[in-house]
Amino acid sequence: MKFVDEFRDPGLIRKAAEEVRRIVDPARHYRLMEVCGGHTHAIYRFGLKDILPTNIELIHGPGCPVCVLPMGRIDDGLSIAADHDVIFAAFGDMMRVPGTNGSPLEHKARGMDVRIVYSPADAIKLAKANPNKHVMFFAIGFETTAPSTALVLQSAKKEHLDNFSIFCNHVTIIPAIRAILDSPDMRIDGFIGPGHVSTVIGCRPYEWISKNERKPIVVSGFEPLDMLQSIVMLLRQLEAGEAKVENQYKRVVPWEGNIAALRAMVEVFELRPYFEWRGLGFISQSALRLREEYAQWDSERRFAIPGIRVTDPKAAQCGEVLKGVLKPAQCKLFGKECTPENPIGALMVSSEGSCAAYYSYEHRKAALVTSLGATA
Amino acid sequence: MCLAIPGKIVELVPASESLAVVDVVGVRRRVDLGLLEDDRPGIGDWVLIHVGFAMSKISEQDALDQMKTLAMLGETDAALQEVRGYGLEDESEDHNEDHTKARSAGA
Repeated sequence: MKFVDEFRDPGLIRKAAEEVRRIVDPARHYRLMEVCGGHTHAIYRFGLKDILPTNIELIHGPGCPVCVLPMGRIDDGLSIAADHDVIFAAFGDMMRVPGTNGSPLEHKARGMDVRIVYSPADAIKLAKANPNKHVMFFAIGFETTAPSTALVLQSAKKEHLDNFSIFCNHVTIIPAIRAILDSPDMRIDGFIGPGHVSTVIGCRPYEWISKNERKPIVVSGFEPLDMLQSIVMLLRQLEAGEAKVENQYKRVVPWEGNIAALRAMVEVFELRPYFEWRGLGFISQSALRLREEYAQWDSERRFAIPGIRVTDPKAAQCGEVLKGVLKPAQCKLFGKECTPENPIGALMVSSEGSCAAYYSYEHRKAALVTSLGATA
Repeated sequence: MCLAIPGKIVELVPASESLAVVDVVGVRRRVDLGLLEDDRPGIGDWVLIHVGFAMSKISEQDALDQMKTLAMLGETDAALQEVRGYGLEDESEDHNEDHTKARSAGA
């Protein structure tokens, strides 16, 4: 099999795949959700689905920060930049995400001062280099990036940097998992837990999933072997009727997380009462905003924002795909109007979005097979 | 943005509280160690970097494995582009150029 030849430890991978086949109950259908967009990307890239028994269904979770951001927040951020002549700084991932009147990149083409930064620390540098302009950093991400934004805010405060602010869209992973478990149309048997978010929050915050919801969760690394091992660990628990939090990614994820990072987050951020997620709707206490002590560096307090709420384009079914109710290719626009070159929904933009991942690997593979007239 | 990039600390920046120079397959840039202040890494240690901040200390073996993972994911170029972008492009003169040719261990 090509998959096994191409990657590291083919022997171990083969063994893990055999172990999966040995454990699965052929009479049972397993729905396992990988929470993290990085895992979604890895699953398609490595063709993991091809080596798993067909009764193991992998459901893509909400862990792609660009994908879960409602379009109204992008519009709000862009309107601040347009109305107040500020420099709009954001990670590259954000640049092609469509707003109602185009992406940040398209706004740049129309004259807006839009800059790509690779680190929030560089947004501060930008502010220092442009003392006569205001620099707004459009912050997105889960707990993986929020601590960095927190440190940057601490240093802006310490240095009394006045021409800098954060448009905060940081979200937290636990309430999103809770929303998925509460959703009546979702039935998940177990979770592949996010690897890098867990380096910050550790494994303890997942304990309610096992205790209250009786679902197993295994925090996983990103290699094919990691993910197969995590699936084996989940299946073992499911077959034994157990529900535990396990850590497959011990080499990187400490059980207690990164205390210094959590401390920085707590010092700078507080929970919003609620926040809108694309596809999942409003989720209480699911996002971060700046504390009162940091109001001066909060774009939302500093500038009047329109508070735009936009529904997704009707034909696009991003919400259903995000919740795992539809597979990417089941959306009416997939691969036709909506492609990575011309994305209509955010899931087609980020490499961690399930539509982009599916398009890059599965869709092309299927197209190739069709064009060759090959049979399975 | 969600890439975890392994780097080796090669220099601590003297006049700063938390900056260090890391080497990522030959590309050297400054990153912030502030999130590891409880267990501050030193020269020669390996760290996993997210958006310009070291998030965890890892072993050399895990760092090499992570580089391979990025290669397998087809993300090596994106990772190096991210690292090169740290500090904004104009500022790269001090830790400039990729000593060894960026090994793009293409998947």
